[in-house]
Amino acid sequence: MAFRFALVGNPNCGKTTMFNEVTGSTQHVGNWPGVTVEKKEGKARRFKEDIKVIDLPGIYSLSPYSLEEIISRNYILEERPDVVINIVDATNIERNLYLTTQLIELGIPVVVALNMMDALEARGDQIDIPRLEKQLGVPVIPTSANKAHGTKELIEQTLQVAQNAASGQLAESITLFEEKIEKSLEKLSELITPMLGQMYPPRFATVKLLEGDEIVTANIKMNHKLIEAIRATRDQLEQEYDNDMETIIADQRYQFISKVVSKSVKKKLSVGGLTVSDKMDKILTHRIFAIPLFLLIMYVVFTITFGFIGTFTIDYIDHLMNVALADTVTTLLHSAGAAEWLDSLIVGGIIAGLGSILVFVPQIMILFFFLAILEDSGYMSRAAFMMDRMFRKIGLSGKSFIPMIMGIGCSVPAIMATRTLENEKDRRLTIILTPFMSCGARLPVYALFAAAFFANAQSLVIFSLYLLGMVVAILSGILLRKTLFKGEAEAFVMELPPYRIPTFKGLMIHMWDRGKGFIKKAGTVIFAASVIIWFGQTFNFSLQMGDEVSGSIFGSVGTFISPFFAPLGFGDWRSSVALLTGFVAKEAVVATMGILNNLGEVGEGSVELMASLQTYFTPLKAYAFMTFTLLYMPCIAAFAAIKREMNSWKWTLFTVGYQTATAWIVSLIVYQGGKLLGLG
Amino acid sequence: METTLNECRPGDKVVIVRVGGEGPVKRRLMDMGITRGAEILVRKVAPMGDPIEVNIRGYELTFRKADASNIMIQKLES
Repeated sequence: MAFRFALVGNPNCGKTTMFNEVTGSTQHVGNWPGVTVEKKEGKARRFKEDIKVIDLPGIYSLSPYSLEEIISRNYILEERPDVVINIVDATNIERNLYLTTQLIELGIPVVVALNMMDALEARGDQIDIPRLEKQLGVPVIPTSANKAHGTKELIEQTLQVAQNAASGQLAESITLFEEKIEKSLEKLSELITPMLGQMYPPRFATVKLLEGDEIVTANIKMNHKLIEAIRATRDQLEQEYDNDMETIIADQRYQFISKVVSKSVKKKLSVGGLTVSDKMDKILTHRIFAIPLFLLIMYVVFTITFGFIGTFTIDYIDHLMNVALADTVTTLLHSAGAAEWLDSLIVGGIIAGLGSILVFVPQIMILFFFLAILEDSGYMSRAAFMMDRMFRKIGLSGKSFIPMIMGIGCSVPAIMATRTLENEKDRRLTIILTPFMSCGARLPVYALFAAAFFANAQSLVIFSLYLLGMVVAILSGILLRKTLFKGEAEAFVMELPPYRIPTFKGLMIHMWDRGKGFIKKAGTVIFAASVIIWFGQTFNFSLQMGDEVSGSIFGSVGTFISPFFAPLGFGDWRSSVALLTGFVAKEAVVATMGILNNLGEVGEGSVELMASLQTYFTPLKAYAFMTFTLLYMPCIAAFAAIKREMNSWKWTLFTVGYQTATAWIVSLIVYQGGKLLGLG
Repeated sequence: METTLNECRPGDKVVIVRVGGEGPVKRRLMDMGITRGAEILVRKVAPMGDPIEVNIRGYELTFRKADASNIMIQKLES
């Protein structure tokens, strides 16, 4: 017989560890239909029965306000898994049981996995499990997923519950609320049940209708009598308890939990000392030291990722791809007598194109590894806590801070990091703003132009561009918040989990979960794009291969679009083509400039290229060009990431359109303003 | 003495008298355990003056002062 078990629990309850432990390597990850919330599925290993385990998003409640909560409850109500396994963090039992009180109303058998028992015992606390089972009316299995303790028993017990349920045995029901409310619910339930059909379990529907849950209310056809009955009950209870219905219900759930906890949980009397976590926190979020420490941590992460280790891996892969592999393939193709165009396509197009992305993979993995450390240790949420004040000014919350700071490294992982934001509006806005953070690939462009035109103030000029990116992001945030993203700024209510030492296994899983998406998805898009760009650079409009880029499709397009850049000061076709190729990777702007100035492949330090540029650029024009490079649409890899995370072509096109328009306007202001001031 | 949570200082121990406000933020705060009768220990204020961090029901929670101003509390001890 086949069974489906759904894993449900709060964030930070060890759910992912549990899922990995139960399913081993059988899992596969996708998205829920229509939204970019992760959906993980796997088969329970070490069991002969066919058991599929579904990992639902980490949630605190089943309210109708957050996407992940709606997904979770819809899954349970519509797909009806055989059993819901509710993972409860034993060290944080009160708040974790709140979700439990909602899950047991869904009409599906629940098994509680009381997780992190090792941490609870280390603290000296005790939980009377038989008593807890009796009070909750569901089986409770103690587990420590990180040590693989109790997971086998958990699945065995869950299987038992599933088999019992299949043979018609139901769990006993418990009384959650005060008698007054339970009586009202019972009365209403009699009226509601006939209207429900198969859609909702009666208890859940009654509570939700009484609370005024908009989704449930819209889904149930109600006659006038029922609407009236619900209203009357609500009015009466609200008056009696002197509060609104949602508050009353939440209050009641926590009162029930307080009763449960006071009877089954024995806490070791606290001696008043600070835990290690508390002590660390005292320093890390200190009123004065917190921000310097934070900057130091970020500095270390970025120096390692983008400094020597990162550069080393980039050079290594670059050599592997563009020298070793490219040469071998060329030799092979020649000895096989392949046509010149095929060699050009495979080596110059595909290997070069994929190579330009693959060189970043180790660096991105290193960055993800560090971010996994910051996240799994609990520091990331403290950074959001510290930065919230600043981000609120641009209508975002502290949670947007992480993606933005990552953007200084590379926009791709930064855009993917917006997954931690709950609110769709916040996510979109953060995705639009993140590429304005000047990424590592734009640095070679600044380095070239700053050296050629601002020899005495190179660092200052480069620094001013990073700053300009941030200023544009801030102003854009304010502008977009007042127009497209109108409405209340997202609230900031966030749990600060205790500091934990991350496990190596956990870090690797975390890193790989994010990094593989980059390789897979970006890889497919980039493969196609490399072919297109190779084609554009190699062929002319009569589909003949030429030697001169100026005659190619790209050359012609460059000439055609160059008037568009004329008001910005760089209306010559070479700049236009360079910017076009910058769409593949921003650092390609430098390489293209080299090729188009007939200097072949050169780096940003080439003296000849600088001299050549000085013939048709002025310092002002150069600054306008750098401004445009900074702000216009990000590279194809970032574009693919935006498409993936926005999950909408409309928003993706808006994002790149907005960025390019912003680039044009700001460069125009720089160039024309500069001319007015007599700088050009 | 009854006051609102945003008026409290780090180290204050208080008990929630009433949660005001409305909408998703209020619901979220209540889901997180900010309900009548619960005890709160005010931990700290963020380096830039907002938000605040509190200990409630045995864990750490942060939210903004503006939302804290909707939470009526009674001070227990300082």
